[in-house]
Amino acid sequence: MNNPFSLNTFQLYAMVGLRVLTGWYFLYEGIIKLIHPGWSAFGFLMSTEGVFSGFFHSLAGNSTSLDVTNFLNVWGLIAIGVGLITGTLARIASLAGALLVFLYYLAHPPTIAAQLMPGSEQALWVDKNLIFTLLLLVLYAIPTSQVIGLDRLIFNKSNTHGR
Amino acid sequence: MDDNKRSYSRRDIVKTLATVPVLGAFAYALLKKTDYQKQHSFNMADELGLKLYDDPEPASISNGQTIRLGIIGAGGRGRYLLEAAGFAHPNTLKHWYEQAQLNSSDTRYGDFIEQDDLNIEIRGVCDIFDVNAKEALLSCSNQEKSTELNEVSSKVKRYTDYRDLLAAADIDAVIIATPDHWHAQMGIDAAKAGKHIYIEKGLTRTIEEAFALRKAVKESGVVFQLGHQGRQTASFKKAKQLVDKNVLGKISLIEVCTNRNDPNGAWVYPIHPDANEQTIDWQQFIEPTNNHPFSAERFFRWRCWWDYGTGLAGDLLTHEYDAINQVMQLGIPHSAVASGGIYFYKDGREVPDVFQAVFEYPERDLTFMYSASLANDHYRGKVLMGHDATMKMENVLEVYPDNRSTQYRKQLDAGLISPDKPMITYQPGKNSLDGYSSATEQYFASRGLLYTHVKGKRVNTAHLHIKEWLNGIRSNKQPSCDIHQAFEEAVTAHMATIAYRENRKVYWDADKEQLI
Repeated sequence: MNNPFSLNTFQLYAMVGLRVLTGWYFLYEGIIKLIHPGWSAFGFLMSTEGVFSGFFHSLAGNSTSLDVTNFLNVWGLIAIGVGLITGTLARIASLAGALLVFLYYLAHPPTIAAQLMPGSEQALWVDKNLIFTLLLLVLYAIPTSQVIGLDRLIFNKSNTHGR
Repeated sequence: MDDNKRSYSRRDIVKTLATVPVLGAFAYALLKKTDYQKQHSFNMADELGLKLYDDPEPASISNGQTIRLGIIGAGGRGRYLLEAAGFAHPNTLKHWYEQAQLNSSDTRYGDFIEQDDLNIEIRGVCDIFDVNAKEALLSCSNQEKSTELNEVSSKVKRYTDYRDLLAAADIDAVIIATPDHWHAQMGIDAAKAGKHIYIEKGLTRTIEEAFALRKAVKESGVVFQLGHQGRQTASFKKAKQLVDKNVLGKISLIEVCTNRNDPNGAWVYPIHPDANEQTIDWQQFIEPTNNHPFSAERFFRWRCWWDYGTGLAGDLLTHEYDAINQVMQLGIPHSAVASGGIYFYKDGREVPDVFQAVFEYPERDLTFMYSASLANDHYRGKVLMGHDATMKMENVLEVYPDNRSTQYRKQLDAGLISPDKPMITYQPGKNSLDGYSSATEQYFASRGLLYTHVKGKRVNTAHLHIKEWLNGIRSNKQPSCDIHQAFEEAVTAHMATIAYRENRKVYWDADKEQLI
C-alpha cells in the first residue's frame, strides 16, 4: 500500500475524480489561449488592482516580459492540466497550479471595492481563484497519482511494497 | 525482476493508464467545439473580404533637409503641438519623469522619449503674452529632451510681431496655434511669405476669411495642413474602407455629438496670475477684430465671444465634421439650420453652450446632425446609420446589422448575426480579429487600456499629423487635411454659426460658391 493516507476505495476514486476534473479545467484554459491567436495577458495584467498591481503592470510593460509571461502561462496551464489528468508528476503540477492560480487571485483580489472582471465570480474576498488554490493544495497533500496515474510507473522503482 | 522492481501486472498497467483516456475525451470535445464554432460563428468581415488588420507600413520620416520651424501662438494648444513635434519644456519633462518613477503606468515620459525624431529645428517663437513666449523659448531649445535646461539656445529667437517671424530667412514653415480670429490673416501672410503652414482648427472666424485664406494658399503653393489630428486615427481610416465597401448600405442619417461637463471643457480656462497689460500686447490681440478694452478674461477664454471664435461650431463641430468628411467625403452641405442657447454658463459669454445643427445633403440623400451640450457628460458617439447596418465610430469601430437589412437578410434569418451584437468589430492595437469573447475586450477598451497603436506602437495622433505635414513639405505633396478639406470644414461650420446667429436656414450655392 503506497497510499500514506490509507484512503478507502470511495475516497480514492473521489480524489482521482477531483484531480482529473481540475486537470481538465487547466488544460482547457491553456489550449483555448493557445489556439486563439489574439490572446494576450496584456489586458488582464494592465487591469490589475491592489498592492501587487505595480508588479503585474511591469510584466505587461515591455514586450519581452509580456511574451515570456504569455508563454509560461499558456504552456504552464497545459502542462499542469496534462499532469493532473494523467497523474504525471502530479504533486509538482498541483503545487505549480496552486501558485499560478494564487497569482491570478493577487492580480484581481476580490476586495469589497474591486471592479468585477467580466465572467468572474466572487463572494466577498473569496473567489474562484482562491477556491482553486486551496483545491490544488488538497490535491498536493493527498496525492493519488502513484496509485492511479502514470506516477505509478515513474515512481515504481522505489515502490517496492506497492499493492 | 530484481527486488527493486516489482513485477508489473496487467492490473498495474490498467491503474497506471486509467485516466489517460480522459485526454482522448478532451481532444474529442475540443474538436467538436471547434467544428461547432466554425459552423455557427460567422465572421462577417471575412465574408465581406475585409482585411481589417492589414495595416500599411507607417510613414517613416523622410530623410532630407532639416526643416526650420516657427511657432505663432504658444499657449495651451501651441505647447501641446510643440510636445507632439518633440519639444517639451524641461520642467514638463522633469514632472513626467518623476510621475513615471512613482507610477509605472504613467508612460508620458517614455512615450515622449520614444517619439520619432522629426528632423526639425524651431527657430522662432511668437506669442504676445510674455510668460508663454518665455516658456516656449526654453521648450524650443530643448532638442535633447533634457529635464535640466536653463539656457535658451542662440538659434531660437522670440518675435513680438508674427510678421517679423514670417520675414525671417531662417524659417521654412510655421505652426499657427493662435485664437481663431487671427488664423486667416496669419495664414495669408505666411502663404505670401512662402512659408508652409500647419494651422489649428477651426480654419477661420468668418466665412469671408475662409475664401481669402484658400485663395492665398492655392496661389502660393505652400504645403498646408489643418490641425485635425483625427485624420491619423486608425479606426477612421478603417471606417472609410467599410463605407466604401457598402457595408452599411445606403446611409441616410449621421449623428455626431459633443458632451462635456466641466468648466475647462466650456472654455473657462484659468487666467494666468501674471497676465496684465504689461505682459500682454492687447492691441495686437484685437487688431483683426472689434475694439474692446483690455480683458484678461477675453484673452484666455476667447472661445466664449464671437469677436474671437465661433464657440461650439468652430471648436468641436469641426472635429466631428472632419472625422465624417474623412470617411464619406461629404463636402459642403446644401443647407443648414441651427438652434441652442446659453443655458448653463451664464457667465457673460456670447456663444451658446447647448447647440444643435442639422445639415442636409440632398444629392447624397442624407442628413448630418450635430448635437452638443457643455453641461452634461453623457457619452454619445458618432453613429452612421445605413439601410443595412449601423456603425459606431470611435477608437473602436462596431458595425451592427439592421433588423430590416436587405443585404444581410440571409444571415439574419439564419441567426448568424443579430442587431444587438456587432457583426464587425475593429480595435486598433490588436493584431487579430476576435471571433468571440468581445465582452471582455470591450471592457478593456472602455477603460482605456487599449491604446491607439501603429504597428503595435503607441503613438500620439498630433505627432503623426505634424509628421505627415513635414513629409509633405519634403516631398512637395499636400497632406490629408489640405486647404480644400479645410475650406469644406470652415464653410460647413460657418453655415451653422450663421444659421444660429441670424436664426434662419442657410443655403450653399455650390456652383457660385456662395451662401444664400
